[in-house]
Amino acid sequence: MQITVTVNGVEHTADVEPRMLLVHFIRETLSLTGTHIGCDTTSCGACTVLYDGTPIKSCTMFAVQADGKEVTTVEGLLDGANLHPIQAAFKEEHGLQCGFCTPGMMLTGKALLERNPSPTEEEVRWAISGNICRCTGYMNIVKAIQTAGREMTSSEDAQAPVAG
Amino acid sequence: MLPARFEYHRPGSLDEAYGLLGSLEDPKVLAGGQSMIPVMKLRFAAPANLVDINRIAGLDGVRVDGATLRIGALTRHNALAGSEVLETNQPLLSSTAPQIADPIVRNLGTVGGSLAHADPAGDWGSAMLAAGASVVLGSARGERTVSVSEFLVDIFTTTLEPDEILTEVQVPLPEKKLGGAYLKLERKIGDFATVGVAVQVEMSNGTIDRAGIALTGVGSKNIEATQAEQALAGASPSDDAYAEAGRLAAAACDPVSDVRGSAEYKRHIVEVYVQRGLARAVESARAA
Repeated sequence: MQITVTVNGVEHTADVEPRMLLVHFIRETLSLTGTHIGCDTTSCGACTVLYDGTPIKSCTMFAVQADGKEVTTVEGLLDGANLHPIQAAFKEEHGLQCGFCTPGMMLTGKALLERNPSPTEEEVRWAISGNICRCTGYMNIVKAIQTAGREMTSSEDAQAPVAG
Repeated sequence: MLPARFEYHRPGSLDEAYGLLGSLEDPKVLAGGQSMIPVMKLRFAAPANLVDINRIAGLDGVRVDGATLRIGALTRHNALAGSEVLETNQPLLSSTAPQIADPIVRNLGTVGGSLAHADPAGDWGSAMLAAGASVVLGSARGERTVSVSEFLVDIFTTTLEPDEILTEVQVPLPEKKLGGAYLKLERKIGDFATVGVAVQVEMSNGTIDRAGIALTGVGSKNIEATQAEQALAGASPSDDAYAEAGRLAAAACDPVSDVRGSAEYKRHIVEVYVQRGLARAVESARAA
């Protein structure tokens, strides 16, 4: 079946078998290997991507379902040579060790910050409760997401026109 | 893991979907896919034809229609978890939604899909039983409305015919003061419930007129604890009444020992959670 999916702003058209999972389309057809396959059972969140802006587990969706939709993967966070604030914050706060869960964590974090720019620790922990990390104990991941939120809010303030 | 091969269909309207389900060999409806796709990957299911209903307009959303709360079958769990309509009108369902699976799964999983999947560890089955809800089943032959208690037959088994689609859930909104709570024990977020207990009370003049109590993960389907419900009808709220209901509900369940705990442990949790759930439900009814 022929599908067209916009991934990180670029339209891709491909012929796929209906049973191909979205994560395989992303990794194998498009060679975007930043999206990881962890448990392959909808539990770990390593394969999280943004689907029309909403985090979903790409091991639990068929590629054909994404026909005509927009998908953002970790590769789409980079703005030219500049890290996205969430990437910079994960680097700054040591929000990763082995890095396997990191793409999913950052995308879930980005989606959270878009609807809640300054989440409490509890709100961050709730939001990432579908993403499993086996290295960090989550402390620095939570900090990184909060730091990114502050960074994104202050850079918006800086860009806002000065009143008066 | 790849599922077995299937043909994929994406109807744009309910009539088109009904036509496909009525004519295709071995069809299965794909809604949120958060149970269906894992089950297909494990090859527990291998339908020849998959009918994706996600692009059919008008199948989602929640609204109050007179004395009925209407929830479109394609409404995602997360839409219900943040729904003001639910929070204002239906405390039990409002309490259940944010406890289902994990936040990412809730972005895709649907209320209708969850009910039609009929997993005895599914949370919506118990919540809808306790709330006295019905489901609307449509096909080219027409529509019928079936109570959830009749709809859920056994593990992964419902009264849904192969050519039918569950299109809507209807929840009665009584005029009396309504209280409710869903209590769930899980090893971690996203795991199946070790035990879940849904409790709803309808109250007037400080008395419980009707109680709905249903249990998750402790039998071959979501179990309605009818004896416990009957014992509470007309009762004044008290610790003794809650304790008796807890004992009756524990007697009604039929858990098995597994990695999540022994049958004895689960039965004990049912007894405790029914008591706690009732106390919480009565409190929320009084505040209503």
